Amino acid sequence: MATRPRPRLTPLNRFYWEAGREGVLKIMQCRECGTWIHPAAPICPSCLSENVAPQPVEGTGGIYSITVNYQAWAPGLDVPYAIARVALDGVDGVLLTTNIVGDGAVEAAIGDRVQVCFEEQDGIWFPLFTRAQEDKR
Amino acid sequence: MSNKSDPVISGVGQSAVGKFVDRSPLLLTIDAIKEALDDAGLTLADIDGVSTWPGRVETMLEMAPVGCDDVIEALRLNVTWYNGAYETAAQYSAIGDAVAAVRAGWARHVIAFRTISQGSARKKPEEFPSVHPKGIAGVMANTLPYHAYSAANWVAQYASRHFHDYGTTREQLGQIAINARRNGALNPKAIFREPITMDDYLAARMISSPLCLYDCDTLSDASTVVIVSAADTARDLRNIPIRIDAVAQALPGRYTWDQPVEPACYPTARRLWELSDYSIKDVDIGQLYDGFSFLTLQWIEALGLCPIGEGGRYLEGGHRIARDGEFPINTNGGQIAAGRTHAFGYVREAVRQLRGQAGETQVDRDMKVCVTGAGGGPLSMAMLLARD
Repeated sequence: MATRPRPRLTPLNRFYWEAGREGVLKIMQCRECGTWIHPAAPICPSCLSENVAPQPVEGTGGIYSITVNYQAWAPGLDVPYAIARVALDGVDGVLLTTNIVGDGAVEAAIGDRVQVCFEEQDGIWFPLFTRAQEDKR
Repeated sequence: MSNKSDPVISGVGQSAVGKFVDRSPLLLTIDAIKEALDDAGLTLADIDGVSTWPGRVETMLEMAPVGCDDVIEALRLNVTWYNGAYETAAQYSAIGDAVAAVRAGWARHVIAFRTISQGSARKKPEEFPSVHPKGIAGVMANTLPYHAYSAANWVAQYASRHFHDYGTTREQLGQIAINARRNGALNPKAIFREPITMDDYLAARMISSPLCLYDCDTLSDASTVVIVSAADTARDLRNIPIRIDAVAQALPGRYTWDQPVEPACYPTARRLWELSDYSIKDVDIGQLYDGFSFLTLQWIEALGLCPIGEGGRYLEGGHRIARDGEFPINTNGGQIAAGRTHAFGYVREAVRQLRGQAGETQVDRDMKVCVTGAGGGPLSMAMLLARD
């Protein structure tokens, strides 16, 4: 597969892109009121507390929306592939854009259960998702 | 409903439009300026303002090749106001900001332009480098790494959810493309002039499900100019002035394509009706963004032509949106048939329709009010244009 475009790492987002090193997905959360903040920001949008920190999350969720891309936008891009927005369990108000990978990825549908996995490229661990075992058709 | 102080569109102009036009973006812009000045009966000496979206942006020259400074320099324009900026609501901010400037008295005749070189960028990528030093920053940093390169991928997320929630079908969505190609057949400037059938649509190759080839517009080279003029200049104009009744924008808190459940066009349309005395029942015709067909469906719902979720059923059979239907849309073929002029083409078509000067694409009825909406995801603006 083609190289993934690289996000610019900042002191604020570095935890998110490197969390996969330990195999755990982390999302920024307000320590005062519990609001989830994604993409990461230095202040809580709900209570304006600056007491925010990366929080490990379960890494399971459901597919909120999905598209199968068939167009080879760049050289070396293997099509088709699935791009989804995943709603994480216990992480209200956040949708992660990601790829569904592994068995049955392009057959995945809205509502399917998914589990995070990571793909490392040059020191960045991209959170991807596979279909949970019971949902594979 | 007429407000005599509303700024007007005094002239519209457009360069050649094509998948590849062998002419520099600046010269295309000047072609469009000349045509708009002629249309309005103005000269360069009358122009005291320049406005564009998104300005010249070095990291995406294919989208943003020409800035206000380029035009001012090239034409030695003597201006009292200019503005080209990316952190604004949508393509129409170039027009909306000109309206505000004219109302404030900062300028009397503003050239608002939108130039795009995505056709040339595909043919000659070396002239339009896409530069992201140290990686992708900002709103796209959480999207592009997943090979979600195109707005087709981003829009498809909303389309798939709509299909899931409301039972919307490809046959319903396909009416937007079929209508566009039917209208494009009448437009001598359209890129695609052959109509398509539902069978053609359903057989087309998929781009990003559920969007197929015909749901997408075509990357183009184009420049379109709208001249925004003060109301009290209207009597001196050569052509019929089109009053800018309302310009609306809204962004409820999330400037991303992927976080919102409801894209910005819905609150934008609600805002539009707050700003105007008109209601959707007063509107004769619509020019609604079809960079991707599903965006048009969203505008149809957002503007209140049908309840939210009913967009697919509204499109069923395609009769309502046809040129002889109850609410004709995208009468020049939209961007799907006439190329990605990036929202300004709809304004040109709206002005020509309201004046009765649309030539082969003229809708045969007396029309007073046109609504036009542009953008997608977090980008969103809408306008009401009126012939008094």
